[in-house]
Amino acid sequence: MSATPTRRQPKRSLAPVREPGAGASISPVQLKDRWRGYWANQKVVARQTLLRLVAQPASSMMTVLVIGIALALPVVMLVSLSNIEQLGRGWDGAARISLFLKRDVSDDNARGLADRLEQRKDIAAVQFTSASEALDEFRQLSGYGEVLDSLESNPLPGVLVVTPAGGDVDADTSRTLFDELSMLPDVDQAKLDLEWVQRLHAMMDIGKRISLSLGFLLSLGVLLVIGNTIKLAIEARRDEIVVVKLVGGTDAFVRRPFLYTGFWYGLGGGITAWLILQFSMLLLAGPVSMLSGLYESEYSLTGLGFGNTLMLWLTSGFLGWMGAWLVVRRQLKSIEPR
Amino acid sequence: MIQFDDVSKRYEGGHTALNHLSFQIERNEMVFLTGHSGAGKSTLLKLIMMMERPTSGQVFVDGKNLNRLPARKIPEHRRGVGVVFQNHQLLFDRSVFDNVALPLIIAGFQPRDVGRRVRAALDKVGLLDKEKKNPITLSGGEQQRVGIARAVVNKPALLLADEPTGNLDPELSAEIMHLFEQFNQVGVTILIASHDLSLIARLPHRLISLKAGQLLRPEVA
Repeated sequence: MSATPTRRQPKRSLAPVREPGAGASISPVQLKDRWRGYWANQKVVARQTLLRLVAQPASSMMTVLVIGIALALPVVMLVSLSNIEQLGRGWDGAARISLFLKRDVSDDNARGLADRLEQRKDIAAVQFTSASEALDEFRQLSGYGEVLDSLESNPLPGVLVVTPAGGDVDADTSRTLFDELSMLPDVDQAKLDLEWVQRLHAMMDIGKRISLSLGFLLSLGVLLVIGNTIKLAIEARRDEIVVVKLVGGTDAFVRRPFLYTGFWYGLGGGITAWLILQFSMLLLAGPVSMLSGLYESEYSLTGLGFGNTLMLWLTSGFLGWMGAWLVVRRQLKSIEPR
Repeated sequence: MIQFDDVSKRYEGGHTALNHLSFQIERNEMVFLTGHSGAGKSTLLKLIMMMERPTSGQVFVDGKNLNRLPARKIPEHRRGVGVVFQNHQLLFDRSVFDNVALPLIIAGFQPRDVGRRVRAALDKVGLLDKEKKNPITLSGGEQQRVGIARAVVNKPALLLADEPTGNLDPELSAEIMHLFEQFNQVGVTILIASHDLSLIARLPHRLISLKAGQLLRPEVA
């Protein structure tokens, strides 16, 4: 296909006169040196493009902020959801089964039943609350003390609260256990607090999907923003591109600074999104700790964590690179030396 | 070094820039290319630079048939050809040094080699003391010499120049031509497009004259 050096066209007898180091058709660059030079150029371009952005803080900041805000939205949503999920996990184990005992079951019998149930492998704990204890508790909490006093007998039954084994209990296992326990002769009525957990899970799933599709759409937006910025940068550097092409710059060489610029924009946007997240968490930390204090819980907000932060930055950097690449590929073809 | 075989170039719109042109330039020759504007000088240079492809015929440079060179090989081809432009094509957002270094950086030279070669090239054109300046602060003649330094820094075997003295006064023009002769003496093949006939007449080099895309008269050896 391509012409090889051996394919010499009609050559006159005139021997090429060459002084040492004068003319050579191929520059004497060793492959190893070329490779090293390639990496040196990568580093130089990475630094130069970054410095160029820093040198124009006003215009760069605008782009970086737009990207940062666009990325912050889905990130904040996902982090909120994962916090809610964590909160929900605390209650998940609380997919407990309440067994309301028949009136004629004595406290001793009830304790015996509790002990027997606790032996089972699929049950983690059983807590017995006798009818009188339940009444005392109710009296304290409800404020209906006088009304209760006027009653002739205790209307409340004894209760066994069964916690299924294996922290994260899925709905099916709980349901099987529930069916079995409700058949026990001493049990009047059994209640499984599961539905709201399932509802929470369903809502979380919806929330996650919404934030993921939002993230997808906003990522497209980021691509467009970066693409447009790079397009302007290419126009501004048209002269340079022409000269570089004239003196033998490959497309990859011409593309490189723009790809790096896109990458820096993306990374800057990612870091901005992270800062926005940290800031909103800081805002929320006070109220949340107060709320969890009211619930006597030790719940506190969880951020992105190291891995996910790294992931966010890499993704945003890649988005920037990608946005630049999409534009550069098309745009550079139209700029040829004339 | 350069061979045109029955080369024609017709642009879209019907303008014929080159019309069945054939000629040859030997290695280590220094040749002037003359003709009125529109005679096809620029097109001829563009074909050698592969900025254009011929409509018919074949162009050979250093034994390579440019028709058979795929687009992705064009950068490599251009790296082997130094070019001096009438309007210098210098970049005013960087120093003289960085302008001259550009071809070396593109070719993948290491920084220390870049420095050495750039200074050698600037020394040859007598601008070693201006390396840190921005080319916009230099005079027209100095800018043109920076352009020449950039064209030769990669030590190409072939040097093209398109009206290199176009905007310069006679004295500076003679100086620039003398510079080209020096490069020619160390083995560089040189093709200079110029319509500065009074200057060319004083220099003892072969002349290729174009008119309407054809050779005007038999070549003078």
